[in-house]
Amino acid sequence: MLTFTLRRLLLAIPTLLFISLVIFLLLEASPGDPLGDVPLTVPPEVKERMREALGLGQAWYIRYVLWLKQFFWVEPLYWFDHFFGTSFSQGMQRVISFQSRSPVFDVIAQRVPQTLTVVGMSYVVGVMIAIPIGIISAYKQYSWFDQLGTFVSMIGFSMPTFFTGVVLIIIFGVKLQWFPSVYDTTLVVRDWDSFWAQVRQMVMPVTVLALYNAAQISRFMRASMLSNLNQDYVRTARAKGLSERTVVLKHVLRNSLIPVITVIALGLPAVFGGAIITEQVFKVNGLGQLLITAIHANDIPMVLTLTFIFAILIVVFTLIADILYGVLDPRIRYD
Amino acid sequence: MTESDRQHSLNTNELIDETAAAAGAVAALPPDNPQIAGGETRSQWRDIWRQFRSHRGAMVALFLFAATILFVLIGPYLWTIDPTYVDIRARNSGFSAAHPLGTDQLGRDMLARLMAGGRVSIAVGLTAMIIAITIGSLIGVLSGYFRRLDAPLMRMTELFLALPLLPLLLLMVTLFREPLSKNFGPALGIFILIVTAIGATSWMQAARIVRGDVLGLKEREFILAATSIGTPPRRMITRHILPNVLSPIMVAATLGIATAIITESALSFLGLGFPPDFPTWGRLLYDAVDQMVMYPSRVILPGLFISLTVLCVNYIGDGLRDAMDPRIRGR
Repeated sequence: MLTFTLRRLLLAIPTLLFISLVIFLLLEASPGDPLGDVPLTVPPEVKERMREALGLGQAWYIRYVLWLKQFFWVEPLYWFDHFFGTSFSQGMQRVISFQSRSPVFDVIAQRVPQTLTVVGMSYVVGVMIAIPIGIISAYKQYSWFDQLGTFVSMIGFSMPTFFTGVVLIIIFGVKLQWFPSVYDTTLVVRDWDSFWAQVRQMVMPVTVLALYNAAQISRFMRASMLSNLNQDYVRTARAKGLSERTVVLKHVLRNSLIPVITVIALGLPAVFGGAIITEQVFKVNGLGQLLITAIHANDIPMVLTLTFIFAILIVVFTLIADILYGVLDPRIRYD
Repeated sequence: MTESDRQHSLNTNELIDETAAAAGAVAALPPDNPQIAGGETRSQWRDIWRQFRSHRGAMVALFLFAATILFVLIGPYLWTIDPTYVDIRARNSGFSAAHPLGTDQLGRDMLARLMAGGRVSIAVGLTAMIIAITIGSLIGVLSGYFRRLDAPLMRMTELFLALPLLPLLLLMVTLFREPLSKNFGPALGIFILIVTAIGATSWMQAARIVRGDVLGLKEREFILAATSIGTPPRRMITRHILPNVLSPIMVAATLGIATAIITESALSFLGLGFPPDFPTWGRLLYDAVDQMVMYPSRVILPGLFISLTVLCVNYIGDGLRDAMDPRIRGR
């Protein structure tokens, strides 16, 4: 198990390096100019010096290695200093955004809480809806509940989140006026009133994402329960006189959760990507919105760093899913 | 070993068990000349169709999907208003005889725009699916059949699976839209760009499924028999391997259409899809969002079309999977 984990971790390094190179070259090949918004009255030699100042003058491989150094060496040192009060990163250049001229990681750190509260909450809610639905529809296979559950989850992952979001806004934000349609990120939770306002503005984005996630996870849960329900150990458990409740909720559920948990782990990074759209619909200024504005502004360091962070999330969660599978199911051997 | 591979090896074992059990019961084999035995000839595809018809949801979905395709293909010949014709005096009109689904903020007919938009959306879905399936089956068959290619090709597939797809798609579309529009004209250029971008980033699942199936097939006797009479690899793949992995490919293809349509409309919704005067369902939705308080129907109609089409395609894929799974067939 340990050797497997170590081997996978070692394999992840070239994968991530390659992905970063692909993203970098893609940005490099683009015809967009980060100085495109500079007025035409600025003389060309000044423009040239502005390019130099942005670090665009050098060859691409030098800039790529420089970015790697900043990402993997300077930034960890900076955060180490930040927490322990040392000064290792003194005088080192951090990754700087072209748009705001502030360190990319500071901007990301400002945006992460918004994304995490909305996306994280929706994933938790989605899982909590999906698992009971999966259990019931597998236990009562082909009942009206199962048929309805299948239909609703089919609709759930056929309706794109930008459509469900807009429909919810029209119904609950405009017609009924129950919830605000725009997410106010400046809101600070201080007392019950502001807490209530925060809950109200989170209801719609969380519902949209939770429905989408629940639709997929409940299908997996159902399939996994079904394949376990007619196993021999279930018959044994019933034969020795355990109550139906114990059989289903202790024996079957625990075994069925093994593949579902890995699916949940695998889906987590995809949720960050999918949240880009939901954030756009509800005007949440989280990571997705940051990425879109950065793409429009040709802010190369920001786009590169953000996309790379998404890639790291995917690689890490795939690894976690594989390891979890081995830990939870002792029958699986990796060597 | 990943989950799908594991599931697959289980399936293969079951298949082998079934085959072995059937081989044991020689007495139950059909007579040498089956033409005499049965009245109606039975082919694999007829069986699949019979099984498919018993899936009620899939049949309804097939009917609705066919209706949608007819609507966008034949519709413009019956409803001859130009979708880009601006009638500023009739702008923002509601449902009426002249404009059954109303008009938009420039007075363009919504019914005509929905038809035109559907054409593009479905065309994008189909083309992107064909690209993804071609790449996917090619890589799947190559890495399943040739042991030497397996490791590098699968590493590459894993690499692609680790890419953050939506951010990359956004990036590709934003960065390359201008050069391509210049070379191929705005509409065709964006079409090529979107279709290749979606196709190039969604072949991985198909490749893994096909590879798993090919690996299972290679252990079967008929492949051994074909090898023993000296069939060259090229003929082996086209004659013996491909026809036998056609059913998972078809299921993956159906589901691929759904993802491609959703991805295209998501790109359009983020304002990075087709140009404004070139309607697609996603673009229509995006354009209407600004005025959704006043004219909610303009948002809901294209959204309904997207959802309905994707729902139908998903149901058809579900029905196909059930119909093609020999373990469920004939239940």
